[in-house]
Amino acid sequence: MASNGKQPAGAIATRWVEIGVAVALVVVGAIVILDSHRVGVGWAPDGPRSGYFPNIIGWILAAVGAWIVGETVYRWKSLESKVFVEREQLKPVLQMLLPTIAYVALVALIGIYVASMIYIGAFMRVQGRFGWLKSLAVAIAVPVAIFLLFEIWFLVPLPKGPVENLLGY
Amino acid sequence: MEEIGNLMHGFAVALTWHNLVFMLVGILLGVLIGVLPGLGGANGVAILLPLTFTMHPTSAIIMLSCIYWGALFGGAITSILFNIPGEPWSVATTFDGYPMAQQGRAGEALTAAFTSSFVGALFAVLMITFLAPLVAKFALKFGPPEYFAIQLLTFCSFVGMGREPPAKTIAAMMLGFALAAVGLDTMTGTLRMTFGQTQLLQGFDFLVAVIGLFGLGEIFLTMEEGLAFKGKSAKIDPAVVLRTWAQLPRLWVTSLRSCLVGCWMGVTPGGATPASFMSYGMARRFSKDGDKFGEGQIEGVVAPETAAHAAGTSALLPMLTLGIPGSPTAAVLLGGLMIWGLQPGPLLFVEQKEFVWGLIASMYLGNIAGLLIVLTTVPWWAAILRIPFAIIAPVIVVICAIGAYTVHNNMFDVVMMLGFGVMGYLFKKLRYPLAPLILALVLGDMAETSFRQSMLLSGGSMSIFFANALVGSIVTLAILLLCWPLIGYLLDRWRASQGRPKRA
Amino acid sequence: MDRQLICRSLAAAGVAAAFAVTPFAASAAWEPTKPVEFVVPAGTGGGADQMARFIQGLVAKNNLMKQPIIVVNKSGGAGAEGFLDVKSSKGDPNKIIITLSNLFTTPLATGVPFNWKDLTPVAMLALDEFVLWVNAESPYKTTTEYMTAIKGGSAGQFKMGGTGSKQEDQIITVALEKSVGNKMTYIPFKGGGAVAVQLVGKHIDSSVNNPIEAVAHWRSGALRPLCVFDSAPMPYPTKITATQSWQDIPTCKSQGLAVEYQMLRGIFMPPGVTQEQVDFYIDLFKKVRATPDWKKFTEDGAFNNTFMVGKDFVEWVTKAEGTHKTLMQEAGFIAK
Repeated sequence: MASNGKQPAGAIATRWVEIGVAVALVVVGAIVILDSHRVGVGWAPDGPRSGYFPNIIGWILAAVGAWIVGETVYRWKSLESKVFVEREQLKPVLQMLLPTIAYVALVALIGIYVASMIYIGAFMRVQGRFGWLKSLAVAIAVPVAIFLLFEIWFLVPLPKGPVENLLGY
Repeated sequence: MEEIGNLMHGFAVALTWHNLVFMLVGILLGVLIGVLPGLGGANGVAILLPLTFTMHPTSAIIMLSCIYWGALFGGAITSILFNIPGEPWSVATTFDGYPMAQQGRAGEALTAAFTSSFVGALFAVLMITFLAPLVAKFALKFGPPEYFAIQLLTFCSFVGMGREPPAKTIAAMMLGFALAAVGLDTMTGTLRMTFGQTQLLQGFDFLVAVIGLFGLGEIFLTMEEGLAFKGKSAKIDPAVVLRTWAQLPRLWVTSLRSCLVGCWMGVTPGGATPASFMSYGMARRFSKDGDKFGEGQIEGVVAPETAAHAAGTSALLPMLTLGIPGSPTAAVLLGGLMIWGLQPGPLLFVEQKEFVWGLIASMYLGNIAGLLIVLTTVPWWAAILRIPFAIIAPVIVVICAIGAYTVHNNMFDVVMMLGFGVMGYLFKKLRYPLAPLILALVLGDMAETSFRQSMLLSGGSMSIFFANALVGSIVTLAILLLCWPLIGYLLDRWRASQGRPKRA
Repeated sequence: MDRQLICRSLAAAGVAAAFAVTPFAASAAWEPTKPVEFVVPAGTGGGADQMARFIQGLVAKNNLMKQPIIVVNKSGGAGAEGFLDVKSSKGDPNKIIITLSNLFTTPLATGVPFNWKDLTPVAMLALDEFVLWVNAESPYKTTTEYMTAIKGGSAGQFKMGGTGSKQEDQIITVALEKSVGNKMTYIPFKGGGAVAVQLVGKHIDSSVNNPIEAVAHWRSGALRPLCVFDSAPMPYPTKITATQSWQDIPTCKSQGLAVEYQMLRGIFMPPGVTQEQVDFYIDLFKKVRATPDWKKFTEDGAFNNTFMVGKDFVEWVTKAEGTHKTLMQEAGFIAK
């Protein structure tokens, strides 16, 4: 967390992220409380019911979340210069995050092996600026090693797609 | 002493050439399994189990238990190098192990982890050798209130205000408890917080959370600095083993305490994962460098690793003597015993002497062999950090995804892992501590279950937690530990006020 | 012997690889073309898991099938996760599931939408028995003595431990309470092994453990069986303790406790598979049951060794579903 005086343009301020996360906590707390009331929050003769502990937890969570919101608003001015992440820092983070989201979606669609090949290969080629040969070699070697290790030796089935089906798996 | 004679006989059984080969194969497979988050000891043992039906039971159990030792050793490797716990019990190892690796001390951290694992296991095996019947009787004393007391103790020894803001510590902990409550309530069979979503039926597994929060979260954080690993400067230096060993003897108090905690948790059976947390928490509390924990203290690696390995080893004792498995791997081993026609239970030690003492002897040999193998590989593991980040990052993500998927063979867990990854990044930057969240996720469900079982037993009366000396003293100890910072603070004030003139 | 074994395992991997490249090997009858996923709707180490892993081993050991069996645990939501997975794998012939009583109890107790009719019934492998156990140091030598004590005590004074909530153990407990006419306190634990140990440690008064879960403690003299919840004694005359065999345990009915209950250990497949595919598995399990290892396994666990397929099996399951519905309705276990 760098706090070098004035906030540079394009950076995300900590206070906004702080409030966002705290509000999310309050929401989660509220959901927990609501559901606990559905299953019963009381103390039956033979001990607490299903929702007893979750209810308490929900209230504490919501309260702490609200406290953090309040504290952030109270210190709003003094937090002005605090930067959560700068643009040139955010870029590489997104360069990691977005492909990873795409990767998870791909795994669901076409199985983990082909998705991993594309992901590793593309990441190395685009982000790491490795040559085609090197990128391809790693992109193929890793999924093949994983395939041998999991599917063949340890008989742990991983998500597979049309390509694996074509090969008989 | 009869035990010594039996043990010597056991060594004679275990020390045949083909048994030694099985031992080596087992250890190597185990380390591999331990390193990959997607494979657990249970996988390895389950897969090899069918192959062992035609083997002699003693050879079979030697090989299978060596997989178990190997996995215990191997779990620490990815925790230290990449902040990804390979096994549940190595979560606490990341707290100081990963910072050490970032400072270029990966070799040191790995050596400390492996050596402490060995010490913990050795202590547990000695206990099994000489105190097995006694310990088995002690384990029988544990009913629901005692379990709850232990979980409370684990919690109290770990909790304590760190450097993070108190409100955020509480928030993280409560979030962990809330996540732990999702899924089926085992006490009443009602579904909680699933909102009709079949994906949520199995709840939030703590391994998925850990892989996301720690592993992925760390990768996102690292990306801020660009495509580079902080630990890149790690030198390959075989002498690091000896230099680390020179530091370890002065930590003997921590080691001994961790051994005791581990054995106790393994036997009762609280499990290796809570044992590692409890041991880490106690080490931090009682160490004079306690406030430096989390910044790369070697003690913070020694404590959880010793306890985890001691617990993992001693967990085999209740399995053999009572037929209750202390871990999923032990459960699969238990199935194996039955298939070989051996009945685990109180009579196993009497009826199957050769098998039992062969197994115990293999615990000694397997751990010595394991230590030698993993120590020779320390420089190579440390060298992984020299691989360019642009190669290692996507590979880590792939391995994380596999790890998350295999927990329940469920694609939804991979999506959740991604969610936890983003959460880990946000929380780390906003100074929410992650450890209380993880601990709450591990313990929340267990503690609630044993608390409500106790309430059923007592008809809703809290007095059950002080009903006998055992449970009463554990609960009291827990409360004392919880109040430790306060007590320390008051003591300091009192001392200070003694020195100062009275206020008007 | 051992070296041979390693060779064989390597060969098996080789065979699997060979099959990978020739998926459409021409043959008369249907055979699995990929490794068969064997779903266990329960955690590792339980009775169903043990049986599934045992079958996995038997099939590999005796080479009963060209493809390997892979055991996969899907225990979430009291097994609902596993059943839903099989239900949604319509037409997949390379997937089978072993059932516990949660085939009936989980949808009733939690309202999760599945029913055995969503699956294709294959075969009943065996029925698991339930035995009433007390600690050997307790004063109750017979069922009648224990029942009298429960009746004479205050409501909820006697504590019954069992696996899970609103599942088989609690159903038996409720039926037992009804027969005796007084309440017990039912305490749910995570697994049968833990329940038996809690009984040995005297934290509970009795349990209804399956034979295999408690036999070790019986042999060591820590537990005492009172009666079995079946219509006839278990047909295993081999002595377990110095004086008693499974056969010597009387039925609960003969002791004045009119409760009968057995748990299905059956095999189901996803919906939409062909009869030819079902027949392959029926044939496979017939072969499994013919092995001496299986005989020993059922004897050790004192299983009720009934085998059923086809219409008989469907009729049995239909009847069992009805029984569970009635029992759970009476106990108030049905989800609203």
